[in-house]
Amino acid sequence: MRYFAPLAVFAVIVVIFAFGLHQAPRKDLVPSPLIGKPAPSFTLPSLADPQTPVSNAALRGHWYLLNVWGTWCVSCRIESPELLAIAHTGVVPVIGLDWKDRRSAAIRYLQQRGNPYQQIAFDPGGLEAIHWGVYGAPETFIVNPQGIIVYKYIGPITPGAWARDFLPRLRAGQAVSGS
Amino acid sequence: MSRRAPLGALLLTVLTLLAAPFAHAIAPTRMPTPALEARYERLIHNFRCMQCQDESLANSPVSLAADMRRQIRQMLLAGDTDAQIRHFFVARYGYFILFKPPFVLKTAWLWLTPLVLLVIGAVSALWFIRGRAAAVDGDDDEDERFDDGLTGPRKHT
Repeated sequence: MRYFAPLAVFAVIVVIFAFGLHQAPRKDLVPSPLIGKPAPSFTLPSLADPQTPVSNAALRGHWYLLNVWGTWCVSCRIESPELLAIAHTGVVPVIGLDWKDRRSAAIRYLQQRGNPYQQIAFDPGGLEAIHWGVYGAPETFIVNPQGIIVYKYIGPITPGAWARDFLPRLRAGQAVSGS
Repeated sequence: MSRRAPLGALLLTVLTLLAAPFAHAIAPTRMPTPALEARYERLIHNFRCMQCQDESLANSPVSLAADMRRQIRQMLLAGDTDAQIRHFFVARYGYFILFKPPFVLKTAWLWLTPLVLLVIGAVSALWFIRGRAAAVDGDDDEDERFDDGLTGPRKHT
């Protein structure tokens, strides 16, 4: 009986550690306070042509994904095939935010790998990304026709994440019909 | 030579210490007035670098931290108050970006957990101490009862 208390304390600590190792939310994934809030509006030069502005005001009334990427970002390279597949399905337009990048490098990158983006806004200084609460790349936002941010995904989109985290939300909003 | 060595060591130490401030010149300061400069310094120490997470904007070398410092500098120059700047970042990154988050419903557990643990610790310490004291008292009582129970003088003492 006198050994019971230390054993119980030990058991509690083991449970807490097991939770911390396997179940606890990842510390590096910080939930965005922008979910459910209006997406910050931006007007930035297009990647392909500095004279052509890209603005998300023009996307009102449509679902879209905003994908933050850069050629310097290794995870974006991993994500690239899945983004191309998503663009190919035509389910939802993908808008690119080319973050802290060099224009020539980005254009070459897309020529080599293919371009999943309907439009690409160019943000070399990174100030627009701060408005979206971006702290890494890739990050992907789902924006609904009312211009509200519905969801934010951090890290490269995998086929599993697309099926689990994106499609149900797009379906719920009737961006995708059927199953 | 043996006399010179300490002097050389001293000189080296002093010069190294003099260079130390420059090692931290991650955020070179360019504010026009000392008052703005002080506010800028205080703000960049109070925000977390979202990328490295355990460093402040002032100490982080990553480029996102540099962008955020630039944003703070621009807002200060535009006449924003410290509260406005804090609100700007909290609205975009959440309370996580503040090293000292405010006491609101969402952060209550963060502030109250140490207090709860302290109370649990104090109660268990009290419980433990009283348990021991009671055990000692109990021994005395038994001794007394034992003595009382004897009709004659003690056998062995």
